[in-house]
Amino acid sequence: MIELEGLTKRYGEKMAVNHLTFTVRPGIVTGFLGPNGAGKSTTMRMLLGLDRPTAGDVRIDGQHYDRLKDPLKYIGALLDAKAMHGGRSAFNHLLCLAQSNGIPRARVHEVLDTVGLTAVAKKKAKGFSLGMGQRLGIAGALLGDPRILMFDEPVNGLDPEGIHWIRNLMKSLAAQGRTVFVSSHLMSEMALTADHLVVIGQGRLLADTSMADFIRQNSRSYVRIRSPQRERLLDVLHGAGITVVEAGGEALEVDGTKSEHIGELAAQHQLVLHELSPQQASLEEAFMQLTAESVEYHAHSDPGLGATAPAAAPPVAPPAGQQAPQWGNDWKKG
Amino acid sequence: MSTPQHQMQQQAAPAPNWQGTPGTSYTSPIPITRTHLGHALASEWTKIKSVRSTMWTLGVFVLLVVGIGFLVAAQTTNEDFTDVPYTIPAFFGLILGQICLITLGVLVVSSEYGTGMIRTTFTASPQRYRVLTAKLMIFFVVAFVVSALSIGVVGLITSGMHGGSSDNEWGGTVLMGALYVSLLGVLALAVGSMLRHSAGAITTMLGVVLVPAILPAFLLMSESMRTIGEKMMEYNAPNALARIFQLDNDNGNGSSQLVLLVGVTAAAIAGAYALLEKRDV
Repeated sequence: MIELEGLTKRYGEKMAVNHLTFTVRPGIVTGFLGPNGAGKSTTMRMLLGLDRPTAGDVRIDGQHYDRLKDPLKYIGALLDAKAMHGGRSAFNHLLCLAQSNGIPRARVHEVLDTVGLTAVAKKKAKGFSLGMGQRLGIAGALLGDPRILMFDEPVNGLDPEGIHWIRNLMKSLAAQGRTVFVSSHLMSEMALTADHLVVIGQGRLLADTSMADFIRQNSRSYVRIRSPQRERLLDVLHGAGITVVEAGGEALEVDGTKSEHIGELAAQHQLVLHELSPQQASLEEAFMQLTAESVEYHAHSDPGLGATAPAAAPPVAPPAGQQAPQWGNDWKKG
Repeated sequence: MSTPQHQMQQQAAPAPNWQGTPGTSYTSPIPITRTHLGHALASEWTKIKSVRSTMWTLGVFVLLVVGIGFLVAAQTTNEDFTDVPYTIPAFFGLILGQICLITLGVLVVSSEYGTGMIRTTFTASPQRYRVLTAKLMIFFVVAFVVSALSIGVVGLITSGMHGGSSDNEWGGTVLMGALYVSLLGVLALAVGSMLRHSAGAITTMLGVVLVPAILPAFLLMSESMRTIGEKMMEYNAPNALARIFQLDNDNGNGSSQLVLLVGVTAAAIAGAYALLEKRDV
């Protein structure tokens, strides 16, 4: 269990982490989500006593990190895959970590086996690929068989097989009753692994909720309609008290009404429909909506192209003639 | 060392509200051991012997001290040693070899900052002072043993070649010479810990060793700077080694220079400890 209380880190003028208060509970995977520069890594470094908080407090099972008498058996962390001396072999890297915590040498062989690096145990770490480095970092985190595991963006740079492996590893670790705290800037990744979600943006807490609740509250479902008799359909829908959003092209979008209801209305008025489809906005978009105002580094795209381009699913092109869209603007309309 | 008292504390710990927790908290089969300096020493010993830079710097050091020492011993005659100890040929190799120990001292700590390993290290041992203490101890012992052996070998070679020509006791020069260059390395380690940058720390240390040896030549030209220049000439590192090996018999045996180095090193170590606890990694 990890408890953060009003955790704050200030670098000069910039608030990297701003009064974060939340709890990471055991037995589940807690996703720690935020755009780049949101303060995820800084928070994790403060948790491990590497950075000193400007204010506030963070405790692990009720203790400060530097008070832990056997830190690696309490908490295993993967901060940066390359946080190792490249000239040292994988085995020696793990051995010096094990020795610093009085962990038996045999355990080094065990974790090397767990992450599948036994064959390259005597090889120098600098010759490792990103994925192998990541595996070695995870081996280091598992070394003390800790009850809390913390991974900072573990899937970065991994191939699909590696991503799949990490996902299953995190789930099985949590199933054993361990606390798993994993950061990511990819909502889609979290949706597959996390049970609980903590979202931050510009150092502030934006959401602390279960994954299911987050999906329910944040994913926008709507009905997409196309019809050759657009004007009449609009009248009918207005008449029925249904709010319609005019999407790009000739499509219309209706929030909060079932497609069945709209279909029946159209049938009553003998309107031809070319499309009537229930849509679900992806979690990625829900995440972008949530963090819209706190994204620190915007990519500016050409006006009209739409800043929603990174979101793969339903194109909600802004109506022509509107100002250059801001990131997330479309969502505030919805 | 999981004492019964400790286990009781664990059980008695107030149960936080873990409502909604599927399953119970995980307990590892690996026994809990309270970590201490011994663990840190074992870890640092593994670290120092598992990187190539240690072998390179120490290898070059031994080669310089023993190699140059042998050449000097071979080029001298028995009469040269009437007034001086047999270890004197080691002096010339040490003047160059001290740079190797300085480099190794810096690298022991700065390579961890350069590679990011330091974060892993401090995550495994959040007691940072313990890590630095272990590094200082391991490095000092390694440097002292290697340099004492090298100087000793030179002494043995020389006494073998020029047997019976010197009455000077040379055991003391082995220990003092080894102590002096090892302390220079320890000073370099402390500087490396403060600067956290290999090139910066090595350059600083070269300045500390070389500038007081070069600057007096200029300072002595000015009347007002003369005293400072003379002090520098007396206490700079090459001159300190020269006195330890009795190149210049009239001016003491280098113990005051050694005391100064101990003082400077202690101050640097104190600074390194203070900064270590204060700064983010």
